[in-house]
Amino acid sequence: MNIRALLVTAALCWSALALAVDNTPPLPDPLMQQRYIALINEFRCMQCQNEALADSNVSLAADLRLEVHDLILKGKSDDEIRDYLVARYGEFILFRPRMSLRNAWLWAAPAVMLLGGIGIALRVMRKRAQLPITDEDASDSTTDA
Amino acid sequence: MKRFLLPLGVFALLVIVLAFGIYNAPRNGSKVIDSPLLGKPAPEFTLPKLLEAGQPYDGKSLVGGWHLVNVWGTWCGECRAEHATLLQIKGEGRVPILGIDWKDDDAQATAWLSQLGNPYETVIADRDGRVAIDWGVYGAPESFLVDPQGIVVEKQTGAMTMEDWQKKFLPHLAANPQGNAKAGS
Repeated sequence: MNIRALLVTAALCWSALALAVDNTPPLPDPLMQQRYIALINEFRCMQCQNEALADSNVSLAADLRLEVHDLILKGKSDDEIRDYLVARYGEFILFRPRMSLRNAWLWAAPAVMLLGGIGIALRVMRKRAQLPITDEDASDSTTDA
Repeated sequence: MKRFLLPLGVFALLVIVLAFGIYNAPRNGSKVIDSPLLGKPAPEFTLPKLLEAGQPYDGKSLVGGWHLVNVWGTWCGECRAEHATLLQIKGEGRVPILGIDWKDDDAQATAWLSQLGNPYETVIADRDGRVAIDWGVYGAPESFLVDPQGIVVEKQTGAMTMEDWQKKFLPHLAANPQGNAKAGS
């Protein structure tokens, strides 16, 4: 047995370990399998709310993984699969909130806060610029000169 | 005095936002999710009946009268706690209850019903949990009130108590015994 065979064997053992939670049969096409892995990491397990579908061994998570698997096999797009799950479980199932009017504040908040901060900073700077030179500053400048 | 106005305003705003967050935080660690099904037609399904082996039940049978759809399983502890309430609701005789036996063993479910009493008009077996996914079920017990037009109008996640039934569910029936027929009324 050469070293390459050994490495391959070790890698295969490792992959079995990584997939231990997920008993869903692999998809026939590697691209599909890649999409499947990406999708099940995007969805929240509804019973154990801070885990992804991919990481949960709860039976509902297994059912939902199988559902995603079957939807991919049926030729549904990633967006169609997201819509399918959101229609049933609500947007809460998505770890990444969607861009929508209801969520707009969530996306706008950082920009609004940044602009507000810049605004306050500018005002403070302008005010300071208008202040008369104080005694301390004056004495500093005289000693420097 | 005027120079404190802005920081004070920002602080007050922060207090309001945080108070809102704390007030709305989940109390038992798990958030109850509003069902996106509310106001929408009940999902279509056909499932075998549990007690009349082999006979199919078509979800379209929900149309035509009020129904309470209850998702349960013998493996679910909360369902045992809820069972007495369901029997009481059956006793009232206002709404037939459709039981969806979720991912359960048929024999155990049958034994459960003969031991504890059967509050259901019909029990259907969702052995692989596919129909429960269409209902957006994420933890048993869950109960849905379906109006005569087949629209889901109320949902309870977790065990139903008589108080939930009277405060959340009955008002729908009392206000609108014929359902939400927009054309009719």
